[in-house]
Amino acid sequence: MRVVEAVLSIFINPQFYKIALTVATPLIFASLGGVFSEITGVVNIALEGIILMGAFTSVVFTYLTGNVWFGVLMAIVAGLLMALLHAWGSIKWAGNQVVLGTALILLSQGITGFLMEPIFGQPGQTDFVGKIDEITIPGLAKVPFIGQVIGEISPFVYIAFGCVAFGWWLIYKTKLGLRMRAVGENPEAADTLGVNVYAIRYFGVLMSGVFASLAGAYLSVGEIGQFKELMSGGRGFIGLAAMIVGKWNPIGAMLSSLFFGFFGAFANQLQSLQQIQVPANVKPLFDTIPFILTIVVVAGVVGRSRPPKADGVPYEKSA
Amino acid sequence: MRKVLESILVPVLAVLIALLISAFVIVAIGKNPLQAYAVLVRGAFGSKQAIIDTLIKTTPLILTGLAVGFGFRAGVFNIGAEGQMAMGALIAASIASNFGNIPPVVAIPLTLVIGMGAGAGWAAIAGFLKAKTGAHEVVTTIMLNWITTFVASFMVTGPLATGSGTPKSPEIAASAQLPILMKVGAMELSAGIIISLLAAVFMYVFLNKTTVGYEVKAVGFNPYAAEYGGISVSKNVVLAMAISGALAGLAGVTELMGVHHRFLGELSGGKGFDGISIALIGQNNPIGIIFAALLIGALRTGSNEMQFLGVSKYIVIIVQGIVIFLVAADRIVRTIYLRKKVKS
Repeated sequence: MRVVEAVLSIFINPQFYKIALTVATPLIFASLGGVFSEITGVVNIALEGIILMGAFTSVVFTYLTGNVWFGVLMAIVAGLLMALLHAWGSIKWAGNQVVLGTALILLSQGITGFLMEPIFGQPGQTDFVGKIDEITIPGLAKVPFIGQVIGEISPFVYIAFGCVAFGWWLIYKTKLGLRMRAVGENPEAADTLGVNVYAIRYFGVLMSGVFASLAGAYLSVGEIGQFKELMSGGRGFIGLAAMIVGKWNPIGAMLSSLFFGFFGAFANQLQSLQQIQVPANVKPLFDTIPFILTIVVVAGVVGRSRPPKADGVPYEKSA
Repeated sequence: MRKVLESILVPVLAVLIALLISAFVIVAIGKNPLQAYAVLVRGAFGSKQAIIDTLIKTTPLILTGLAVGFGFRAGVFNIGAEGQMAMGALIAASIASNFGNIPPVVAIPLTLVIGMGAGAGWAAIAGFLKAKTGAHEVVTTIMLNWITTFVASFMVTGPLATGSGTPKSPEIAASAQLPILMKVGAMELSAGIIISLLAAVFMYVFLNKTTVGYEVKAVGFNPYAAEYGGISVSKNVVLAMAISGALAGLAGVTELMGVHHRFLGELSGGKGFDGISIALIGQNNPIGIIFAALLIGALRTGSNEMQFLGVSKYIVIIVQGIVIFLVAADRIVRTIYLRKKVKS
C-alpha cells in the first residue's frame, strides 16, 4: 500500500507537472517543426541533427558574447542553414529525404564534435556558459498549485506554446497555410492553380529548422547552460512520433508531446521515490521508458493517422 | 565495363567532393589539410601494423555495410544496425562466458549463431511493426537503438558487471574466441575478416540466385507489383529486417569474439551508423560494400593518427555526412560531372 500511496503522491506534487512541461517543451518544438515540413510534403528526420546544432550554436555564441539571447538567435540561424541544406537536397535535387536527413544528422554530430576542441579546448562537454533564467509571472506565481507549476518557469515553455498557437493559426487560418496543405496533398493541382510548390516547400522546411533549433537551444542554454555531445538524445525522433500521433496538426502534436512529457517526468520521479528505493544500476532501465512508449504509440496509432498524401515524394514540374 | 564505371562514378566523386569540402573545414581551424590527409593516409596504410589495424576496423564495417545495404535492396531503411550490433554482442557475451567446457568447433559457430539470432530478433521487431501496423522502421529502429544503449548499460553495471573501471562484461570462454590469422605488434587480425567476406558472398548469392532473395528484392523494388504477383509483402518485410539484423548482429559478435573478447559500452561505437555510409558508397552491392568499408575503415584508423596534429577525428563523420548527402541527392554530382564533360 505504501508504494501505491507513494506513486500517487507524485501526481499531487506541482513539481511533477513543472518537470512534465519542461520535458515536453523540446518535443513540442521538434514536433511542430515536423508538422511544418511534412505538411508541405517534405519528410524531415534531420530534426535530430538540427536540435543538436541549435544546442551547440547557442552555447558557442553565449560563450563568445556572454549574451544568452544572442546565442538563441544564432541557434536559429544555424537551424535555418541546416534546414536550407535539407530543402536544397530534397526540393531542388529531388534526393531521398530520409537519407538526406540521415546525412544531416551525421553532419551535425561531426561538426559539433569537431569544433569542441578548437572552441572550448576539450571534447565531450563544455563548461557552464550561462543560461536563461526562469521567469516569474507576477500574480500567477502566487496562485496556489498552478503558481508552482507555471508561475515560475523557463520562458521557453511559454515560447513553445506561443509557437503552437502561431503554427495552428498560420496553417489553418491563412492563405499561406492553405497553400502549404495543398502542396503537401496534391502538388500537381496546387501548381496548376499557380501556387509556387518549390517556394512553399522551402518555407515549410525552413520553419522546421527554426523550431528544431529552438528545441536545441532550450536543451542547452535554456535548461543546463552547457553543451554535451549527442545531447539531442533522440528527441528529434520522439518529436516526429508526437507529430504522427498528433495527426500532423500543431495542436495534436503539442498534446502528444505533453503526453510524452508526462510519461518522461513520471519515469523520472518514480526512480527518485524514497519508498521504492531503486538501485542505481536499475535506473538505465527507467530511461528506456520514453523510447518503448514511442514505439508502442507509433505502432498503435500510425494506421489511423494519415500523413499528407505527397509526404516524402519529391515534386518535379513536368515540362 | 562502362556500366561499372557509371555506377561507381557518383560514390567516387562524392567521396572526393567530401574530402575537398572537409579540407576547407580543416583550413578554417588553422591547420594544413594536405599535411592532415598525408598523416591520415600514413596512419591507415603507412606500416604493416597500420594496415592490420585498418583491416581489423574494416571487418565489422563490411558487416554493418552489408546489413544496411541488404535492407536497402529489400526496401527497408535499417538505421538500427548500431543497436542490433550491440544486442548481438551483448547477448552472445552473456552466454559465451560460460562456454569453458565446450570445444571451439562447437563454441565458435554456436556463439556466432547466438549473436546473429539476437540481432535478427531485435531487428525483426521493427520489421513486424512495419508489416502489421505501418510504423516506419526509421522511427522504431532508432528507438530500439536507444533502448539497447540503456539495456547494455544496465547489464554491464548490473548482472554482468566485472572488475572495476570501465563497465564491462566478463571475458568470453577462450574456446569461443576467433582464431588469430596474423599478429603484428599488439595488432591481432582475427578470422572475423573471413567471416565478413563470406557474408558478402552470402548476400550476393542470396539476392541473385535464390527464389527467396528474388522475392525480397521484388518487394523492395515495388511492393505493389510484388503483392500483385503473389508475393507476401509483410512476410518479406519481416524477413528482410531479420536478415539485415542478423548481419548487424554478426558484426557485433565477430567484434566480440575477434577483438574485445568481452562486451563494452563502446563496442558498437558508431559502426552501425557507418554502415549507412558504406552501403550508400558501395551502392548496396556486396563488392562495392567491401571497398567502401575499407575506405571508411582506413579513414577511421588514419584519423586517430591525425588527432595528434590537432585535427579531430570527427572530420571523418563530417566526410561521411557530406558523402551520404551527395549520394542521396546524386543529381548534384551528375550535374557537376556533366557540366565538366560539356565544357571539355
